[in-house]
Amino acid sequence: MPTRYDPQIGAEIIASHGARPEMLVQILRGICDRYGWISDAALRQVADALNLSRADVHGAARFYHDFRTAPPGRKVVKICQAESCQAMGSRELTAHAERRLGVELNGTTADGEASLEPVYCLGNCACSPAVMIDERVYGRVDAARLDRLLGRGTA
Amino acid sequence: MGADEVAAALAAHAGGQAIEIVRNGSWGMSWLEPLVEVEVDGTRIAYGPVAPEDVPDLYAADFLRGGAHASRLGPTAEIPWLARQERWTFTRCGRIDPASVDEFRAHGGFKGLERAFALGPAGVLDEVKASGLRGRGGAGFPTAIKWQTVAGTASDVKYVACNADEGDSGTFSDRMLIEGDPLTLIEGMAIAGFTTGASRGYVYLRSEYPLAKQAFEKALAAARDAGWLGENIQGSGFDFDIELHLGAGSYVCGEETSMLESLEGRAGLVRYRPPLPAISGLFGKPTVVNNVITLASVPEILVRGGEAYGALGTGRSRGTLPFQLAGNVRRGGLVEVPFGLTLRELIEDFGGGTYSGRPIRAVQVGGPLGAYFPEALLDTPLDYEAFAAQGGLIGHGGVVVFDDTVDMAAQARFAMEFCAHESCGKCTPCRIGSVRGVEVIDRIVAGVQREANFALLEDLCDTMVDGSLCALGGMTPYPVRSALKHFRADFERKSPVEPGGASTARDADGRRSAIEGAGP
Repeated sequence: MPTRYDPQIGAEIIASHGARPEMLVQILRGICDRYGWISDAALRQVADALNLSRADVHGAARFYHDFRTAPPGRKVVKICQAESCQAMGSRELTAHAERRLGVELNGTTADGEASLEPVYCLGNCACSPAVMIDERVYGRVDAARLDRLLGRGTA
Repeated sequence: MGADEVAAALAAHAGGQAIEIVRNGSWGMSWLEPLVEVEVDGTRIAYGPVAPEDVPDLYAADFLRGGAHASRLGPTAEIPWLARQERWTFTRCGRIDPASVDEFRAHGGFKGLERAFALGPAGVLDEVKASGLRGRGGAGFPTAIKWQTVAGTASDVKYVACNADEGDSGTFSDRMLIEGDPLTLIEGMAIAGFTTGASRGYVYLRSEYPLAKQAFEKALAAARDAGWLGENIQGSGFDFDIELHLGAGSYVCGEETSMLESLEGRAGLVRYRPPLPAISGLFGKPTVVNNVITLASVPEILVRGGEAYGALGTGRSRGTLPFQLAGNVRRGGLVEVPFGLTLRELIEDFGGGTYSGRPIRAVQVGGPLGAYFPEALLDTPLDYEAFAAQGGLIGHGGVVVFDDTVDMAAQARFAMEFCAHESCGKCTPCRIGSVRGVEVIDRIVAGVQREANFALLEDLCDTMVDGSLCALGGMTPYPVRSALKHFRADFERKSPVEPGGASTARDADGRRSAIEGAGP
C-alpha cells in the first residue's frame, strides 16, 4: 500500500463516485482500500469536494470500524471474535496470536509487519474458527495453522 | 478451506487430459469441502473433502470417470445430507456457474420474472401472499404486506433496498447465495421492483465478504449484457437497475433504518419509526427493504406457485428456511428445510452432534441477539412462534452449537460487550446500558453483592428491552437472560466476596450504590 497520500488519487476516487454526498461512505471505502486508513488530509479533501462540513465527514468516518485512523501493518490479520468462532476456540487462538506477534488485539507490531484486528463474523461459521489475512479467509484455523499462515516474517 | 489450491493442483496434474474446471458455488456441504465434482455421463460424482496433495491420487483412481477413491461420495444429488433437504431458494446454488446467464436460464432462471410480467403486479402480490413468505432477515414481517404498502404509496420514485449486511455470527446464507447464485437475487429484486413500481435497487453488502462482492459485480454485468437489467427489460417496458454499496464493518447497519442512513452516505444512526421505510425510506421515498433470502425466495415461489410453498412448514411459519449449522458442530453447512423440524433433528441428524465429540451444552439460534437454549429445549420446533414462546428467536436462521466446555457467564458478558462495541449511540439504554451490563456481570462473576447485582441486571435488561430504539439494544438482553435462566451456576462459580466496606460504599454523588465494590 502506498504510504504517502496523493490528492490526485483521492480526486480520482471521489470522481469515480460522481462526487455525490450520498456516496460518502463509498468514497471513504475507496480511500481506505487504497491506503489502509483515512488521514486528516483525505478527510479534508473529501469534505471540500462533496461540499460537506469537516465535522460531517469526520463523524461518518469515525463511525465505521473499517475506517482506520492510523496506517495498518503491511499485513492485516483479523481473527473472528463472534460466537460461532468462540465455540471453536477463537479466544485461545487470539491469545496465541497476541503472544506470537507481541501485540494486543488492535495493535501493530513495532516493525510494522502486521496488524492484529478483531472481526465480528466472516460468514465462514461452518468452518470456525475463521481468520482473514488481507483479503483471504481461512477456516478451521488452529494455532499451528495460524503460525504457518503468518510465516517467518512475524516471529 | 483451500479450493483454489485444489483447482490449481487439478489443472497442474491433468497431464494433457482435456478437462474443464468450473468454479461453481457451494452446495452448502461445508463439512465435505473442498468438494470436487466430475460429470460422468450426465451425472455429477462428488469427491470430498479433497486436499491439494490428494489430487495425484485422484487421477490415479481415474476419478475423471468416477473411479473408486476413499473420498468418493457417489452422485452429489444422492448424498443423504443434501437429498433430505427441500431446496427452493437454493435450488441452483452449487449446481451452476454463478456468472453465467446461460446456465442460470438453463436451470429455470428468470422464469419467475417472466411469470411476474405475465401476472402483473396484483397477481404477484397474490402469489406472495399465498406463499405466506415472511421476512428472512430476522423480524419475520409478512413480505406481501410490506410490498403492498410500497405499491400503494404514490411517489414519482421508489426503491428496492436489499439488506446483505449479514452480521449475525453463525449465519452465511446471504453470502452463499450471492457467491453461488447471485442472479437469483437480481431476479428477486427485479420482481420486487416490478410489483411495487420501483425502478432502482440497492444492495448493501458487508465489507467482510470480498468474494461475494466480486461474484455480485460479475452477475450485475452479465445481467445487464443479457438485457435482464436496464431499460425495457426483455421488451416488457419495465426499467430496473441495481447499484452495489459496501458496508464498513458496522453491525448495526444491518438494522434497516441504520442501513438506509449508510446508503445515504452518513453514519449509521438508526431512525425513529414511524415513518415506516415502506412509506418514507431511502432518500425519503417509499422503499422495499428486504433481506437477501427474502428477495431470493420469490422467483422460485412464482415458478412453483405460492400455494405449493405455503403448503410447507408449520403454524404461521410457512415454506422453507435455509438454516445454517455452525459453531461446534461436526457436519456444518446450509440446510434448507421446511419450518417445523426440531432443533435437535437439525443439530443431530444433519449436524451429527458436536465437532469436539463432547456433549452439547448450549445452542444459540438467531445470531448475537438470540437466546441460548439448553439441552432441555432442543426439542423446540423451528418455527417463529414456538421459539418466541421460549424467549428465543429464529432470526436469520443461524444455529451455533457449544459443547460442555462453554462458560455461559462469559457468553452473557460478550453479548453486552458486543452491544457496547456496535451501538450506534443514538439511544441511551443501548449506548450506556450495554457498558453498565458488562460491569454488572463482572461484579456478579466476581461475587460482589451477587444477589443485588442479579436484580440490577434484570432491571437493566428491562430498561434496554423497553427503551431501546432498535433490536440491538432491545434484544441484547435475550442471550443475557437466557444464560441467567438456564445456566445460572456459571455465574456463581466464585465464592461471594464477604460484605464489608463495599456494601455501604457510596458513589461520587453520595448515593448509596448497589453496584459499588471491587472491580472485576
